[in-house]
Amino acid sequence: MTSRNTKLTRRQLLSRSAAAGAAFVVGAGYVAGSSAAWAMNVEHVQPTTMATLIQMARDIYPHDHVADEFYAAAVKGYDSADAAPMIEAGIAALDAAARGKGYASYIEAGWERDRVDILRGLENSTFFQTIRGGLVTGLYNQKAVWPLFGYEGESFSKGGYIDRGFDDINWI
Amino acid sequence: MAAPFELSDDSVVVIIGTGAGGGVLANELAQKGVSVVSLEAGGRYLPEDYINDEWESFGQLAWLDARTTSGDWRVANDFSGLPAWIVKAVGGTTTHWAGASLRFQDHEWKAATTYGPVQGANLLDWPIDPREMDDYYTKAENKLGVTRTGDRAGLPGNNNYKVFEAGAKALGYEEVSTGRMAINSASNDDRAACQQTGFCFQGCKWGAKWSAAYTDIPRGEATGNLEVRERAHVLKIEHDDSGKVTGVLYADADGNQHLQKARIVCVAGNSIESPRLLLNSASNMFPEGLANSSGQVGRNYMRHMTGSVYAVFDKPVKMWRGTTMAGIIQDEARHDPSRGFVGGYELETLALGLPFMAAFLDPGGWGREFTTALDSYENMAGMWIVGEDMPQETNRITLNHDVKDQYGLPAPNVHFDDHPNDVAMRNHAYKQGMAVYEAVGATRVFPTPPYPSTHNLGTNRMSENSRDGVVNKHGQTHDIANLFISDGSQFTTGAAENPTLTIVALAIRQADFIAAEMGKNNI
Ligand SMILES: Cc1cc2nc3c(=O)[nH]c(=O)nc-3n(C[C@H](O)[C@H](O)[C@H](O)COP(=O)(O)OP(=O)(O)OC[C@H]3O[C@@H](n4cnc5c(N)ncnc54)[C@H](O)[C@@H]3O)c2cc1C
Ligand code: SF4
Repeated sequence: MTSRNTKLTRRQLLSRSAAAGAAFVVGAGYVAGSSAAWAMNVEHVQPTTMATLIQMARDIYPHDHVADEFYAAAVKGYDSADAAPMIEAGIAALDAAARGKGYASYIEAGWERDRVDILRGLENSTFFQTIRGGLVTGLYNQKAVWPLFGYEGESFSKGGYIDRGFDDINWI
Repeated sequence: MAAPFELSDDSVVVIIGTGAGGGVLANELAQKGVSVVSLEAGGRYLPEDYINDEWESFGQLAWLDARTTSGDWRVANDFSGLPAWIVKAVGGTTTHWAGASLRFQDHEWKAATTYGPVQGANLLDWPIDPREMDDYYTKAENKLGVTRTGDRAGLPGNNNYKVFEAGAKALGYEEVSTGRMAINSASNDDRAACQQTGFCFQGCKWGAKWSAAYTDIPRGEATGNLEVRERAHVLKIEHDDSGKVTGVLYADADGNQHLQKARIVCVAGNSIESPRLLLNSASNMFPEGLANSSGQVGRNYMRHMTGSVYAVFDKPVKMWRGTTMAGIIQDEARHDPSRGFVGGYELETLALGLPFMAAFLDPGGWGREFTTALDSYENMAGMWIVGEDMPQETNRITLNHDVKDQYGLPAPNVHFDDHPNDVAMRNHAYKQGMAVYEAVGATRVFPTPPYPSTHNLGTNRMSENSRDGVVNKHGQTHDIANLFISDGSQFTTGAAENPTLTIVALAIRQADFIAAEMGKNNI
């Protein structure tokens, strides 16, 4: 999983990293948020590949109030020996499609609109559908994400909602 | 208190499956002193085991054996390996169910007569008079503790219901209430009152909702006449040269196979597994499968005309709080062909948690159109549509010889095409459902496609004549006197109502018949 970066200051981190798009920086064996709020080690896929994958995840299911680290957590599982070849090939195809539209790479296309346009062209590929399908649980089944949508999860341990607002609507 | 019966004991009634049909039948027979061995593919989970987390619970309870799909229904595309959402556990799908417990309307027992010929539909009247069912329905309501029947009060309405009710009234609907639910509004039958925890689909941890898992099953076991063997997956029903069934072959938890002898076999594996088992039991004598002289085994698969409507408001609803199915509009349940279709439908509130909402709101959807809907999750209200769908001979369960289950048996393929009547009814229901929410200020509405089938019906249907169906009015197969069907696959037609109360009433009725016939030595 991702971890809050406590060891490096933002300046230290940035001095060792290269930017990947606006949101990410990458260095040897890691991807981090540009703000240095989080960092994730990668072992099997290239750091830039992982940064692109995280950006792709956000572009598929963009929620402006959900931070990148949750998207990173959602795709972290692809950093495995088994999945790496599929991910490298898929992201290479994505970057190729981006270059075909005049961008240096997928992640360097600055507007979400432009990246979504690239994704639409690959929508029926197995790679896209695998990533999208995996995100449905990878992103929305993270318990830490639920409160960001107001969802409260289980209530049995608190005695249900019988005395905690099951009928507290006040505007209808 | 399990009553261990020998594998060689050929005096027992073997019941396959312990859900709404099989679980109730087992207890009813045990109460009458009949020896019963129930074989259940799933394990035993009780309220303390249930997990109030949508995906984890699904992993714990759902039937996930290999299945395939075909046809024009969107499920075949979106969930190709998961045609139905059914439970594999002691108690069957009554662990998952929401508890809506409605009687059929009288005319729904006579769909062919009432609706007249409908092109492409294989309509038939049930061979049962609605008046024959009155007492059985009352017994079923008392067993399940259904609210708004007997002297049981209705449940209180939650937030999702309040939005739904206000919209319904604004539209002029009159039959709106918190419904008839097999959920305790006050403690009853040694079970607690509903605490509004909101995880009815994941197994009620309070036991407030009726489930065979913690009512009929243990009560049957307590008589000493019922033995439930869990993790016992039936592979084949065997018969003798006279064409009578003699026992069943099953695999235990370790995959070891056993043959349990039987005087009578009752099949209650839900409407995909029950016909599959008959088809997988084909023999030289019955090359098309057991009880299939009509060719109707596996056909006329019905799943109810369903769909959902979700709506977003400018203020919070928090629909997940409280009972999952918290209320009903019944005004559209009537048969009124002036709407452009035969039969009717119910509108029932429904809430999904965030994880399931992401999976089911618009399967395959992505981008901002999709995510802005979920951004408003807290401000969402929801309802489910359930209406009568047309039985069609070509909607059917067949054996897919290219795909095998974990025992090497052909997997079931579920083929389903919507009938034009289903499509017309769904479009009407979407329009009405959206109007309900728009009447109280919805800023955005979502006509959501059907989920994997929760109501699976009709694949061993009941008929007066043996050429038209698989079982007679008692659920006894036309072809084999000691072979019964005891689940929703008996349904001749589906009616607009959620099916379980009727499955339970038929099981109580079938127990009376089986015990009487055994007493007379007819079977
Ligand atoms: C989420 C959800 C909500 C629902 N809400 C409602 C509702 O509000 N109202 C309503 O009326 N209905 C509702 N239903 C439907 C209801 O649960 C079913 O109609 C009912 O449980 C079907 O009963 P059954 O006996 O046919 O099958 P089930 O209850 O599914 O029982 C079948 C059992 O047979 C076992 N089995 C199958 N094959 C074999 C085999 N070969 N060997 C051994 N065992 C086998 C299975 O493991 C299972 O335990 C809901 C269903 C779901 C999924
Ligand atoms: S809402 Fe009521 S019936 Fe549903 S799970 Fe909670 S306590 Fe049980």
